Amino acid sequence: MGKIVITKEKELLLRKKIREHKQKSGPLMPSLHDAQEIFGCIPLEVQKIISEELKISVSKINGVVTFYSRFSLEPKGKHVIGVCLGTACYVKGSQAVLDEICNTLQIKVGETTKDELFSVEATRCVGACGLAPVFTIDGKVYGHATVQSAAKELRRIIDWETGTHEN
Amino acid sequence: MKTRQDLNKIREENLKQIKLLDDTKYRVVVGMASCGLAANADLTYDAIEKEIKERNLQNITLTSVGCIGECALEPIVEVYDKDNNRYTYCSVNERKAKEIVNKHLEQGEIIYRYLIDNYKLLIDEDGNKYEAPKYQYRIALKNCGIINPTKIDQYIGLDGYKALEKVLFEMTPEEVIDVVTKSGLRGRGGGGFPTGLKWKFTAANKGGQSFVICNADEGDPGAFMDRAVLEGDPHAVIEAMIICGYAISASQGYVYIRAEYPLAVERLQHAIKNAYEYGFLGENILGSNFNFDLEIRLGAGAFVCGEETALIASIEGERGMPRNKPPYPASSGLWGRPTVINNVETFANVAQIILKGADWFKSIGTEKAAGTKVFALGGKIKNTGLLEVPMGTTLREVIYDIGGGLPNNKRFKAVQTGGPSGGILTEAELDTPIDYDNLIAKGSMMGSGGMIVMDEDNCMVDIAKFYLEFTVEESCGKCTPCRDGNLRMLEILNKITAGKGTMQDLEDLRELALMIKDTSLCALGQSAPNPVLSTLDKFYDEYLEHVVNKRCPAGVCRDIAKLVITDHCIGCGKCLRNCPVNAISGHVKQRHIIDLNICVACGTCKPACPVNAIISV
Repeated sequence: MGKIVITKEKELLLRKKIREHKQKSGPLMPSLHDAQEIFGCIPLEVQKIISEELKISVSKINGVVTFYSRFSLEPKGKHVIGVCLGTACYVKGSQAVLDEICNTLQIKVGETTKDELFSVEATRCVGACGLAPVFTIDGKVYGHATVQSAAKELRRIIDWETGTHEN
Repeated sequence: MKTRQDLNKIREENLKQIKLLDDTKYRVVVGMASCGLAANADLTYDAIEKEIKERNLQNITLTSVGCIGECALEPIVEVYDKDNNRYTYCSVNERKAKEIVNKHLEQGEIIYRYLIDNYKLLIDEDGNKYEAPKYQYRIALKNCGIINPTKIDQYIGLDGYKALEKVLFEMTPEEVIDVVTKSGLRGRGGGGFPTGLKWKFTAANKGGQSFVICNADEGDPGAFMDRAVLEGDPHAVIEAMIICGYAISASQGYVYIRAEYPLAVERLQHAIKNAYEYGFLGENILGSNFNFDLEIRLGAGAFVCGEETALIASIEGERGMPRNKPPYPASSGLWGRPTVINNVETFANVAQIILKGADWFKSIGTEKAAGTKVFALGGKIKNTGLLEVPMGTTLREVIYDIGGGLPNNKRFKAVQTGGPSGGILTEAELDTPIDYDNLIAKGSMMGSGGMIVMDEDNCMVDIAKFYLEFTVEESCGKCTPCRDGNLRMLEILNKITAGKGTMQDLEDLRELALMIKDTSLCALGQSAPNPVLSTLDKFYDEYLEHVVNKRCPAGVCRDIAKLVITDHCIGCGKCLRNCPVNAISGHVKQRHIIDLNICVACGTCKPACPVNAIISV
């Protein structure tokens, strides 16, 4: 698993945000959201920064971070693929779509590929039930998914990443 | 900051625009909530805009709006004309968009073949006008799909913030609470607690800081009512929260919203900013001596935070764990202060009740449940989407008359309401009028409004397992019955679906379920066994098949399912092409065969078959 780099720039940005939140009641959750956004995860090093600023113990912060599924301790892959396992999608066969993606990438749900290109998540309802079953790649929603359409999209990105395309 | 005179002027001007009373010839709206955008409605919008420009058409307004409600047919474009007709074009891609501009907007020629056909809308090919669908009645969704949610002026144009003016200048806080109480409005998040009473209890503790919280942590998988309201009409919620603040003497409000709804968050942020600029939020609102501030707090992906005490803990920066009640939030809520927590849809009704009165609201719905309810209809249903019906409408009307029934000639098996806290309702219960008490009496609950239709291809044991997996993952771990009990139930269900269950397991399952229901700390735990109990009650045969005959009649449970192709097969090859593991072989126009040694029983082939020739044995 790759380690995240805490640059001075990002650290200052986080500290600045936290100081804004400190003006209001209940600053921890908004600070954690910012940390997750800035660093892509909230490992111990980042928790220590938040602890310093808010004068809340790291143990408590760690407890809150690990409680909520939105916050993660480790960085995710470059591309995050989410397959919706909300009820509407599930009854329309999203499990098969999820299985296909996991098979292709040879990882389990919640894991990241060794090359750190892909993470696969079983997401909660994304609210696009009218298009069920849906999966998302980097936030874009793909509706009326089938095993084939998911495989095709995935192949497209793999080709793009491994092919002749640069940057 | 606007004065009341300013508001009247804005109201008049925008009403004219929306109702086409000025020189506007057509008003064109494109549904651009999450569903629409996922179907590339932005491209449709751009295509229309470009085409109008290229053809140099005048007196046409183009507006992006929130959810129109027919999610399965996105992108949706609606054209309103001067005679008050409304034409709903569905599945509008860029090509169709250009054609609509060319034919309808330029030449006045309606393109009937693109019009929605699944519910009788306004006009047919011969120009006969139809009644609008008789079941739908929009109060909470009144402006969704009509106004541009990012334009505060359009909201004001349709009587927006008029209720706030009335409250601030003509009513005492007690009178406001009185109207809400008399209207019979009950909590739309699932609890069904009378909203007026909640406000009254909280107001009784005033003196010092009180809080108003809007619960927009819509966690029920398969439900998206709150998202639609926040994306389509955010000011309706903001206005109601200010009114609530006035009624209970609170000066601070929070909207606790799921981070998974980025568009709703964005629109709400924008709306709050506008409301501050206009002087609806902040100090001395509209020149009165009432102050109210509103902030957004993001949820972080914990279902249990929909429970009010857990939600409060989360805003306070704690792990989102519920606590014992009493004390209720009305006396000791956020930071120990008196707090009202209402759901998004509950708030969305408030301004209308203030404007039109308690008697009007009471006249809609049933005696014990006034008003309407928004449902998110999904699963195996033709017209997936969002609908709002008066309480007391039957499940059959919702599923068949509005939802259009099931696709692919499949047989109805069950409808699930109330999400992970609710239960299953069967064919025999379809004529039940929907309200809080009726559905509880039938072993389910109305819940927040998710309604998932299931057909013969869905296994009820698997569905119970699905919901339980959800609850096990979302259990906060505070109390033992929920944390451990649900896990034990899940283990038993895994055993049963693997074909290893015994009759003793079925008894244990029921006993455990009842115990968890009785002894869990919060509503999540208390209701977690409901999907298991209701499937046990209503589909016991299916459990028996799994346990006694080691067979999954729907062909879903992979360890025991066996799929075969019957001689109804027409040899079209669709199953073969859809099989992910190449287990199907056969020649064109000849019966195909599934190799059971290769087949993983994923079921992908079943919906692909046009003649339902694939069955499980």
